[in-house]
Amino acid sequence: MRIAAFLLAAALLSAGENDSFLIRNATVHPVSGPKLNNASVLVMDGKIAEVGERLQTRAKVKVIDGRGLHVYPGMIDAATLVGISEISSVRETADISEVGEFNPQLRSSIAVNPESEHIPVTRANGITAVGVLAAGVSGGFGFGEISYIGGQISLMHLDGWTWEEMTITHGAAMQLRLPGIETRRFNPATRESAATPFSEARRRQETNLRKVKTFFEEARRYQTAKQASPATLKTDLRYEAMLPVLEGKLPLLIPAAREREIRDALAFAEQEKVKIILVGVRRPGGAIEEIAKRKIPVILGSPFVPIQEEDDPYDATFTLAADLHRAGVKIAFASLGAQFARNLPYQAGHSVAYGLPYDAALRSVTLNAAEIYGVADRIGSIDSGKYADLIVTDGDPLEIRTQVKMMFVKGEPVDLESKHTRLYKKYRARP
Amino acid sequence: MRIRTAFILLCCAWALAAQQPRRTLGEALGKKQPLLIQNATIHTITKGAFTGSISVVDGKIADVGEKILAPAGAKIINASGKHVIPGMIDCHTHIAIDAINEGSVSVSSMTSVADVVNAEQRSIYYALAGGVTTGNVLHGSANAIGGLNTVLKMRWGKDAGGLVMAEAPPGIKFALGENPKRQGMAAQQGSQAARRYPGTRMGVEDVIRQAFIDARAYSFQWKSYEQSRAKGENVLPPRRDLKLEPLVEVLEGKRLVHAHSYRADEILMLLRLAEEFDFRIATLQHVLEGYKVAKEIAEHGAGASTFSDWWSYKVEAFDAIPHNAALLREKGVLVSINSDDASGAEIMRRLNTEAAKAVKYGGVSDNDALAMVTLNPAKQLGIDKYVGSIEPGKHADLVIYDGDPLSIYSRVEKVFIDGEQYFDRETDAMLRRELDAQKKGLLEKEKLDERQRTPARRPS
Repeated sequence: MRIAAFLLAAALLSAGENDSFLIRNATVHPVSGPKLNNASVLVMDGKIAEVGERLQTRAKVKVIDGRGLHVYPGMIDAATLVGISEISSVRETADISEVGEFNPQLRSSIAVNPESEHIPVTRANGITAVGVLAAGVSGGFGFGEISYIGGQISLMHLDGWTWEEMTITHGAAMQLRLPGIETRRFNPATRESAATPFSEARRRQETNLRKVKTFFEEARRYQTAKQASPATLKTDLRYEAMLPVLEGKLPLLIPAAREREIRDALAFAEQEKVKIILVGVRRPGGAIEEIAKRKIPVILGSPFVPIQEEDDPYDATFTLAADLHRAGVKIAFASLGAQFARNLPYQAGHSVAYGLPYDAALRSVTLNAAEIYGVADRIGSIDSGKYADLIVTDGDPLEIRTQVKMMFVKGEPVDLESKHTRLYKKYRARP
Repeated sequence: MRIRTAFILLCCAWALAAQQPRRTLGEALGKKQPLLIQNATIHTITKGAFTGSISVVDGKIADVGEKILAPAGAKIINASGKHVIPGMIDCHTHIAIDAINEGSVSVSSMTSVADVVNAEQRSIYYALAGGVTTGNVLHGSANAIGGLNTVLKMRWGKDAGGLVMAEAPPGIKFALGENPKRQGMAAQQGSQAARRYPGTRMGVEDVIRQAFIDARAYSFQWKSYEQSRAKGENVLPPRRDLKLEPLVEVLEGKRLVHAHSYRADEILMLLRLAEEFDFRIATLQHVLEGYKVAKEIAEHGAGASTFSDWWSYKVEAFDAIPHNAALLREKGVLVSINSDDASGAEIMRRLNTEAAKAVKYGGVSDNDALAMVTLNPAKQLGIDKYVGSIEPGKHADLVIYDGDPLSIYSRVEKVFIDGEQYFDRETDAMLRRELDAQKKGLLEKEKLDERQRTPARRPS
């Protein structure tokens, strides 16, 4: 005990000025465990050092009085376009639609613009990390995009001078769009959608699925060839990028909205023996049990989308998260866009009104995303050893009227001002 | 094919089932049962919030207070622990219509969305379930001067005529900025659509000015005709112009202008243009940069109906800020928050929490935030004599929530329009179970039919 105290004191002496501090007298919500009243969080060199109800004040570290305030881990938007798409209607401002059917070598991290106006706007509401998509996931239905493999989702902190400083992990998941049965296709050139007979649409799906499977087969042969003669094999960046997928280290992120698409994805995972995450699930129907049984995590888009089918209940998008949770599926919420990324906590909050237990809701915007992407050793909860990605609020962050008062990313205080607050202040002062 | 038939049957079953609870005995007899909602936290909007009761007689609010008398024969609803707010009013929506834009011409004031009301669109039920009882259903924003509006009450189950709120003054849609420009740029952007004037903000101003010059001349023709006739002269009436007639009503202050707008420059342009022709813009819709010209909007006397926190989806929305509603209000503008929903009525399911964002961004009070989706839009639409607050004499359009209406955790439980219950969450849940059972039954029957190789019976 005394040795531990000594070590801590020694650490304090060398602690960085900016990324070490103690928050005390606050209500701490670690997410990984029950909330702690009148508790403290000690941050040393950007990492959480200690959390507890009776932490002693140590010398030479800034103390923040958290009386009346709450400390939560920073929230995580599991799949977003923040940083990679600025004005969604202007193609030049977005890097989410590469040419080509198979682009596993692409990583979104290097196209994240640290100066994007969306970054400060999003983080001001308590979001400290995001999974940046390499290709758009149009509402989860996956229609209209070109690529089958769109690239790798990178997990980024929403603070940093460069994308390099922002990066938590370059490859958190590989985006795969499985060909679906498209009986209706929108042609952007004529602005009309044309109908295809079901049998023909199904044939087209089979043809395209063969293409995807062939690509996986090629990658597998590349893997074998590399194992056999690593020195002589000509490097192919696309197949190289597929190796972690084939080794089961990197999960595939597959958009699957309806039951049929979900079953297609589950079948694909089984046949190819790969790890998958489903994204944009909307009408899982009878596939829920199967998802749960096979422990496939689900990243949910916003519940604030229209009802898809006429005979669905009016609140079907609100009850979806509760339905999945009840069945035992691990869920994380995602904006799947940039504009409404700041509303991530309300996606979870409104799901609580329609049956999702509160603790599960809070987890679905924090720890679950970290676990799904395999980075729970670094982010997602307030536990010692993790990055000090923290928010200090005046209340429950899933409630709209709550204000985020302070934010820390890797222990560094983060500015909560944005383009929005700047314009507000400027025009409020207009005589 | 058979599956399709089953589906159509299901949809019919649902529509029928959903209609059931609205047909009360009282209604069949042409009378409405009085109502007493007790022990609720009542958000009157005009006179604060308190715990008390509301009595309803003949579809109107009879009394509101901490202790009031129950009307004879009243149905009593114990709402203890619940909250009641006035039915919400959405000042900008496109639900319940089968067509939104007549975009082929720059001035389409001869068209009206009232002609394409679809009373069976499920969006009406979604809006109702979200606590919205009245909607300003507008023409789209494809042209500088769009079509005429209709104000609807979400009386789910009534026919198109039964949805119309007869008391509402007529209105018309205008649109500025990128949307009316788009058609003018269509050919440039490689679209098949024909190119038409205007393609710039300057052109938009020109189109509107020219239209009002024409309307003025047209009005003058009619006035001269009336004068000549009054003198007993034998004169031919002018040829009627259905495009200009609504614009004459605008000039005479009889028709409200609801103008879709984004940027401060175009907002200011329209205010000055209206002043040039001596009429007032009723509402600036969306008005995302309204906060930059709040002073001018307040001086002109236009209302502002905005989004809660939309931004960045197009260039003209890049300076949009979520503080817009609060800042406009602070500078003296009457503000409402709208959904702009299409047939999905997505936001109308939760307009209350959109209002809560005005508390978060800019710190308006809870009551003022609720007013932005109740009383303020009522004023903007000229219907505040009838709806928008909980006061004796007003229509009994009421929403019961299971908690604080601005909380993300609250749910709508019951909705009344004109004192009649149009939505009830428990009934909805019951109908769902019935529908599921019917669906299962139909599918099983279909399987059985297939096995027996007998053709499924088609509905007659």
